[in-house]
Amino acid sequence: MLVYLIRRLGQAMLTLFVMAVLVFIGIYAVGNPIDVLISPDADQAEIAAATARLGLDRPLWEQFLTFLGNAVQGDLGRSFVHNMPALDLILDRLPATFELAVFAMLLAVFLGVPLGMWAGLHPEKLSGRAIMTGSIFGFSLPNFWQGMMLIMIFAVILGWLPSGGRGETVELLGFRVSFLTLDGLSHMILPALNLALFKTSLVIRLTRAGTREVALMDYVKFARAKGVSPRRIVLVHMLKNILIPVVTVLGLEFGSVIAFAVVTETVFAWPGMGKLLIDSIVLLDRPVVVAYLMLTVFIFILINLVVDVAYSALDPRVRLADRQG
Amino acid sequence: MSAASTPRRRADSPAARFAREFAESKLALVGLLGFVVIVLAAVFAPLITPQNPYDLGQLDIMDGRLPPGSAGGWGFTYWLGTDDQGRDMLSGIIYGLRTSLGVGAMSTVVALLVGSSVGLLAAYYGGRVESLVMRVVDLQLSFPAILVALILLAVLGRGVDKVVIALIIVQWAYYARTIRGSALVERQKEYIEAARCLALGDRRVLFRHLLPNCLPPLIVVATVQVAHAIALEATLSFLGVGVPVTEPSLGLLIAEGYGYLLSGDYWISVYPGVALLIAIVCINLVGDQLRDVMNPRLRR
Amino acid sequence: MLGMFQAVWHARENGMTGRLATALLTGAAITVLAGGAQAETLTIGTAAEPSALDPHFHNLGPNNETRRHIFQSLVDTDAAQRLEPGLAESWKAVDDTTWEFKLRKGVKWTDGKDFTAQDVIWTLCRIPNVKDSPSSFTIYTKAVADAQAPDPHTLIVKTDSPYPLVPTEFSTWGVIQAPEDAQDLKFKKDGCEYAGEWPKTEDFNAGKQVGTGPFKLERYTKGDRIVLSRNETYWGEQPAWDEVVFRPITSPAPRVAALLSGDVDMIDSPPIQDLERLRSDASIEVAQGLSNRVIYLHMDQHDETPGVKGTDGKNPMQDKRVREALSKAINREAIVERIMGGVAEPAAQLLPESMFGSDPELKVTAYDPEGAKKLLAEAGYPDGFELVIGTPNDRYMNDEKVAQAVAQFFTRVGIKTSIDASTAPVFFKRRNAVDFTMYLAGWGAATGEMSSPLKSLAATPDKSRGYGTTNPGEYSNPEMDKLLTEALQTVDDEKREELLRAASRTVMNDYGIIPLHYEVTPWAFRKGLSYEPRADQYTLAMYVKPVN
Repeated sequence: MLVYLIRRLGQAMLTLFVMAVLVFIGIYAVGNPIDVLISPDADQAEIAAATARLGLDRPLWEQFLTFLGNAVQGDLGRSFVHNMPALDLILDRLPATFELAVFAMLLAVFLGVPLGMWAGLHPEKLSGRAIMTGSIFGFSLPNFWQGMMLIMIFAVILGWLPSGGRGETVELLGFRVSFLTLDGLSHMILPALNLALFKTSLVIRLTRAGTREVALMDYVKFARAKGVSPRRIVLVHMLKNILIPVVTVLGLEFGSVIAFAVVTETVFAWPGMGKLLIDSIVLLDRPVVVAYLMLTVFIFILINLVVDVAYSALDPRVRLADRQG
Repeated sequence: MSAASTPRRRADSPAARFAREFAESKLALVGLLGFVVIVLAAVFAPLITPQNPYDLGQLDIMDGRLPPGSAGGWGFTYWLGTDDQGRDMLSGIIYGLRTSLGVGAMSTVVALLVGSSVGLLAAYYGGRVESLVMRVVDLQLSFPAILVALILLAVLGRGVDKVVIALIIVQWAYYARTIRGSALVERQKEYIEAARCLALGDRRVLFRHLLPNCLPPLIVVATVQVAHAIALEATLSFLGVGVPVTEPSLGLLIAEGYGYLLSGDYWISVYPGVALLIAIVCINLVGDQLRDVMNPRLRR
Repeated sequence: MLGMFQAVWHARENGMTGRLATALLTGAAITVLAGGAQAETLTIGTAAEPSALDPHFHNLGPNNETRRHIFQSLVDTDAAQRLEPGLAESWKAVDDTTWEFKLRKGVKWTDGKDFTAQDVIWTLCRIPNVKDSPSSFTIYTKAVADAQAPDPHTLIVKTDSPYPLVPTEFSTWGVIQAPEDAQDLKFKKDGCEYAGEWPKTEDFNAGKQVGTGPFKLERYTKGDRIVLSRNETYWGEQPAWDEVVFRPITSPAPRVAALLSGDVDMIDSPPIQDLERLRSDASIEVAQGLSNRVIYLHMDQHDETPGVKGTDGKNPMQDKRVREALSKAINREAIVERIMGGVAEPAAQLLPESMFGSDPELKVTAYDPEGAKKLLAEAGYPDGFELVIGTPNDRYMNDEKVAQAVAQFFTRVGIKTSIDASTAPVFFKRRNAVDFTMYLAGWGAATGEMSSPLKSLAATPDKSRGYGTTNPGEYSNPEMDKLLTEALQTVDDEKREELLRAASRTVMNDYGIIPLHYEVTPWAFRKGLSYEPRADQYTLAMYVKPVN
């Protein structure tokens, strides 16, 4: 177990390192951030001075070594654009994205599992087929387009919900969160729905597949024969077994939800870290891009690790040390 | 995957059985039909469109943003209206389909070839090669696809070729992992052992014996991935990186029309959006049924 | 389909009435609770957010806009970018190299201290000392050779050579408060000797630095909102709002939706394509005015150029006849009407005719495709050639759409044209590397006068004088250079304007740059408000007024 953890950690460090190298080279290849940041009125001398101020006049390897030296001490550099530590900038936005992602995940589970079970228990019924067809549409709708439609319908036509932004927030354990105020909650519904739709379709499909498999299992047949009420069979015996793969997959998908929040946050003007990433890429704010990717990959790896460990705890047949990759 | 391969009935050729099982779903047939129509339209685009929407000389901004059914200065009717450059939306959508499908298919095929070769080799040789390859795959898969593509395109710039490259880079690892999974199972089986005992060449064992038996799951993944690739390309275009503006894909058409949606010029983004939706839904319907048909555990 | 959308629109308007009624009721309730003192809040949705609240950190539109609410400059500018008194009541050139500013008396910082000339000297000292500034304001202070305060309300500024732009440049930066230990600090051109620690950008973001402006900072949440409250001790006219909230909503459609749904009272940069709708909406008003920004085509003048084919290796842009033909091939009216939705005006030069140094005699090149073809034939290109136009796709209003339209017009006179669009950073890099034979870009004259575009875009590149910074194709016109150099040393406004007009005429008659149009800046707000459009494109809450 310990060996396994250490190996995973080593892999994570390697991943982060490779990524930092790639981003450094990539952004260097795109252009000079100063070109975008500087006032067009600036003359050549001022451009050179500003480039030197940000340390961009030094060779790339030197910039990278400086970064590496600082990163080891936990300093991921300062944003070129905002003149504040890149990590602080991201951590400021992290709660907003996290809250949205969690809310979207919950939506996906609470919508997806019942629908998926229904479709799995009644595969031949019209309703079951309709759910499955609907889930195909859920897969197929491009995220940004679907978000725009949500705004059109619920914010502009019906006027029920706000069109964007985060609304009122309150402090909870040092983080500002939306879900405790009515205004904040109303701002969160549309973006969360937008982010959840794809995952809901995924959950529907997983649950349906799981339900169909479990329904054929001996213990279900046995319970049925024993005269256990159908409701109890479904809600207690089957649900438990279906949920394990669903939760596992969703755990793994959490990282991709955070990544896809980039699109949702752009459409709904949600002040999360995805929007920060887009802005930073456009402005070539390298420290922020690097720090963002480091953080996202870190979260990704962490989730994978937690899921793996939890899985091995739940299912004794899986022994971590034996797994390859 | 369980190794419960069903015994085949002698009277039925595998292809016929496959077709019969596939046709059990009317929806999948509709999807297949739609897909065929879309592909035909895309292939024969220059013959069926009244305008070449990629030739700036054939556009006229004075015909810009005309509603559907308007007659323009070129002597034909804009059945689906025009965009702000005076581009006939019908022509634009058909050419856009061409670009979108082309990007999706091209990137999927190359990623499939690269990914499956790498995965297959890794599984066949095992040992250090395998662990190295799979580490790279893991590395790749630990980055969210959309972020990788976004950054890649920010670096590469706009262009159909660049989008294809970016999509290949984000997709190949899926195939590598998928094929390795099934190849590991197949490798254990007697027929591979037998082939090896016969001292057949590596290449022959790999491609004549191992590969064909690993194909089914790969085909399903690939079908779904084409739809994924098309959607991803659209999203990237929406975010401002992707194909060039003068040669819009469906995604870019939607993105360009996105700004006009609230202003009432709905046709610029609604029709390409519908076209994109239909294309992706058709592919997914087909892929879905393929998965059901090929999944032995659900076979009755 | 169309029917559905119209129905949608009506439904929304009805919904709006309901919302308004609720808003009014809520307002009434608050009035009752607060005992009659109604708190007026103005919420503005903005397309871009400042990168910091430090007024000297980043010379960038949104930063300068926000700065003006809190930190004021000696010289202010009105809606047409003409200079007017700010913290200085008056100023004059004592001689060619000496300027005297008379500072306003009775101005207080929001912490109760008096504003004095030492604050200005402190500001001049601090501007070069902002850590990690990506775009410093030193470009507007480097002409200052010395600054002294003979008394608390007089500032004497000296320059090394005659420099007419001192008051103009003093309108671009905000004055901050000198700390206790800097009350005797002297100005030194090569760095003031201050023993303490210079104020940090974080201090400004946290609201630790006070200003003299009509508002003070209440709360700043990056990416979410900037909340300002009225400065009760402000020396000038009190703004109509107790509280102003700036909310960055960078995507255009959600910004419009936020206005339509009543979430915000006002938005800047409403997308052009939505203006027609917004104008016809009974609850929304649109104001628009000419900006100081021109969109132009730059042409590479080097012997070898990358973006041309079919010319036997020659660079056709070196031929004035070709440049003239290109200008004549463009139907500017059509671009303004169809692509810019009317929020632009065809341009005859690099700055609108209403602004300083612009030549009123210059006329917009008329659309004349036949004339263009003839000129091309004369120049030896009867069958045209192939051309690539570079353009950014996220920098100026509809930039790549305009480039596409230009490509259409060029193609029609025989020059087969394609578009190479990229994001701003990539575009700038390639532009600086002379990767384009022709590119489309824009120029906003921050100082509001013709010297700004001429110096950067048209003057022969010369590092020592800061000429031609954005002239990578090295267009060169010695006559223009001479006129400009003279103008930049003429303190007398009338003479300077004549020189600048002549310089502008010289470039335009040579077709050295092809101007396309001046951008018009629109604002949209709910009925019941008014806003005078500003040439500098800023949205300033103190000038947003309620109307009865």
